[in-house]
Formats: sequence, structure tokens, C-alpha cells
Amino acid sequence: MVRKTHVATTINGEPVEFLCEARQSLLEVLRETLGLTGSKEGCNNGNCGACTVLLDGQPVDSCLVLAVEVEGAQITTIEGLSKDSRLHPIQQCFLEDAALQCGICTPGFIMSAKALLDRDPNPSEHAIRFQLAGNLCRCTGYDKIIRAVQDSAKRMAGQNK
Amino acid sequence: MNDFEFQTATTVDEAVSLLAAKGDRARVLTGGTDLIVQLRENLREADLVVDVKKIPELIQYSLTEKGLRLGAGVPCYRIYGDEAIRKAYPGLVDSARIIGGWQIQSRASIGGNLCNSSPAADSIPTLIAYNVICHIAGPEGRRTVPVAEFCTAPGRNVLKRGELLTELEFPAAARHSGGAYLRFIPRNEMDIAVVGAGAWVQLDAKGETIERARLALAAVAPTPLFLADASAALAGKPATEATFKEAAAAASAIARPINDKRGTLEYRKHLAGVLIERSLVGAVRRARGEKWDPHV
Repeated sequence: MVRKTHVATTINGEPVEFLCEARQSLLEVLRETLGLTGSKEGCNNGNCGACTVLLDGQPVDSCLVLAVEVEGAQITTIEGLSKDSRLHPIQQCFLEDAALQCGICTPGFIMSAKALLDRDPNPSEHAIRFQLAGNLCRCTGYDKIIRAVQDSAKRMAGQNK
Repeated sequence: MNDFEFQTATTVDEAVSLLAAKGDRARVLTGGTDLIVQLRENLREADLVVDVKKIPELIQYSLTEKGLRLGAGVPCYRIYGDEAIRKAYPGLVDSARIIGGWQIQSRASIGGNLCNSSPAADSIPTLIAYNVICHIAGPEGRRTVPVAEFCTAPGRNVLKRGELLTELEFPAAARHSGGAYLRFIPRNEMDIAVVGAGAWVQLDAKGETIERARLALAAVAPTPLFLADASAALAGKPATEATFKEAAAAASAIARPINDKRGTLEYRKHLAGVLIERSLVGAVRRARGEKWDPHV
């Protein structure tokens, strides 16, 4: 019987407690223990960014975080972006701009885009491409993804007026 | 991934005693961006993982007139997010901005990049160029090691049983000095260096003559290389293209790379020269107070 550790954390604003093994990644616990399957497993080694979540506001690959490390942390996953059944403007823009094909990379791109727009509400195309370099799309939909982030910036700026 | 015991240390002494008890079956966790992959892919094994990110000394830094004391666990994003560090140690920022992508930089530390001791590590030529001193704590007490002597073989370094890298000490950023790091990869971001080159120079007050210089290369030898002779040869030379080309030729000559999937031996020797020349140009321009951006 493998010893499990009790972890108390906050996910999408709600206090959450779980038991996990030391070797389990945050991604594994999110998906398999907590049923939050929006974060995707792509490469499981930190290359693809499909599992991106915000850990204390910073984008991280949740496959490269041990679940035991998140005691006391604030985590935001893709499930935390919509409010009252309304999509977040970034989600809405990804839909309207058709910035996805198979969709596996999409939650990660949206979380990275949120982290970027939280810091820089009006990023240049170069900044978007640089900051999203840790997210891979193997359907190669990058141009549409970049446009969706640019449109998200405009829409979020409009909402803040 | 095999299961292991996980401990969070809150003091250096606690970390050292945990590490000493398990010896080479224990691993230090900072950002985990190398360690977790290595454990998952059975490239390294551990019975005990010690998280050192709750040790204040390891996650703090201070920038004073004496230099930069950088806790070994400070993640990259905090380094390039600090305007004072960007101004004083732009070469360090060059490295911190390109270790993985943003998600990696949220977690990965310069100390971890050094302890992983990859021949292609993006921070190590920079640390060598800036003449960084490594502060190490262990069961026998504390000691320091110049960073150029830290790595001993691919994935290996001078840390002994129970030892922990605590801080990296950068000498004061003097006036008319500058540093830069450049690497070559086939894509724009998110890849391992085919070759990496770090340069640091101290110019005279007119910005015309190199008084001292330090050059280093990654991915051209089993460990990152300090180019001691090529660096010494720059002292007293005019900061001109002819001088930079001499350094480039010396760098190509001393590089002893291997053929692998990232590049051939000949290609890497050529790149070593090109990148040393360009990083020297960057270091000199910064020493003159000019803007220089390696990422455009």
C-alpha cells in the first residue's frame, strides 16, 4: 500500500482537498482524481503545453508539477474561465476565429493567452508568438490562434471601458 | 514513475541532513522541469525527493553595489521580471528568457539548470562569463566553487553526498562592462542549443579598448567550456571587428563537439565562432550603454 499525502489547495476559487502519491503529477490528479479533464495530456514531458494551468498566477505545465507541491496554492484551470455559463472572451474568440482543429492544444493555449493578457492587455504579434512558444499545435493552426489572441485583447479592452 | 518519498525542507540544514541520509538515492527539487521528466522516463532514480523551494535563502535574491546574490531556486520569470537585474546583468536575462518556454520559466531556476549540468545548458556559459561563485552547503559545512569548475561531465558536477547548491554570487556589474548570451537552434524558441555562447567584457572609459573579457561555450564539449586563453587574449585589444574575429577563430579551434542529431562536428565548430563573435558584439554594445537584443 503506497502512502498517500493529504493536500489542501484552491482550484478555480474553491477550496479542494485530495489524497495523492508523491509521484503523481498535478495533471494526473486534476484529471483522474478531481475529474477536471479540461487540461490535456499531450507529451507529458513539458514540451507541448496542453496541460497548462495557472499556479499562483503563473502558467505552468501541470505535468511537471508534483501534486504534493500545490499545498496552499491557488490554481486556475480551463474550467475556471467561464462565469455563470458564459464563456470567457478568450474562449469566445477562439470559437469565433476557428482557432482550433482537433482541440487538444486549445485549453493550454487559452490558459497561456490568459496569463499573457493579464500582464500585457495589448501584446504585439511578436510578444504573442514568443509567450505562446511553450504551446504546440500539431494541426498547425498557429495563424488563427494568434488572431484569436489579438481579437481577445481587443474584446477584453472593450469590456474594460 | 516509481514512487518515492517526498519531503519539504524549510532550512538549509534540514535539506542537507535529509540529502546526506539518502546519498545518491536523494534528489533536490526546485522547478522540477528536468527532474520530474528524468524520474518519469527512468533517466534518474530517487527514493527521496527534497523540495527546497520553502527555504528562504534559496528563493531570495539581493542586488546591491557588491553584486547579485541569487538563490539557487529562484525561478527564471522572477529574474527577467526584475528591471534592476535586466539592467545590471542582461546576459543572465538572455539565458533566463530562453530556457524552455514561459511555462518552464515559471518553475525552472538558474541553480537547477546548473545542477542538471547539461553540456548544452543555456545558463552556464552566462554564469561562466559573469565569473559567478557557487555557494554550496553540506554535511561538512559551507564551501564555494567557481562556476567554471562546477560541471565535471554530462549530468555530473562537484556536489558531493548531502551537498546542496544554495546561492550564485555575481560580481558587481561595473561601469563600462556588459554581458550577453546567444544560442543557435533550428526553430525560434523551445529547443536545446546546438551551440550556446556567453560573453562578458570590461571596456575602458572611452568604450574603445577591452580591458578584460570572459568567453564561454555550451554544447561543444562534455561540459560547458570557459575559453580561458581566448578570453585572456582579448585584454588590451581594441573593441573592433578584427578583434572579435580573432576570438571567433580561437573559439572554433577550441570547440571539441560531437556529431549528433542536432548538428555535425564541423557545423558546431563553425557555429562556435559565429556565436562567440556575435555575443562579443552584444556584450561590447551593452558595455557602451547601447541597446542590443538577442531575440530579434
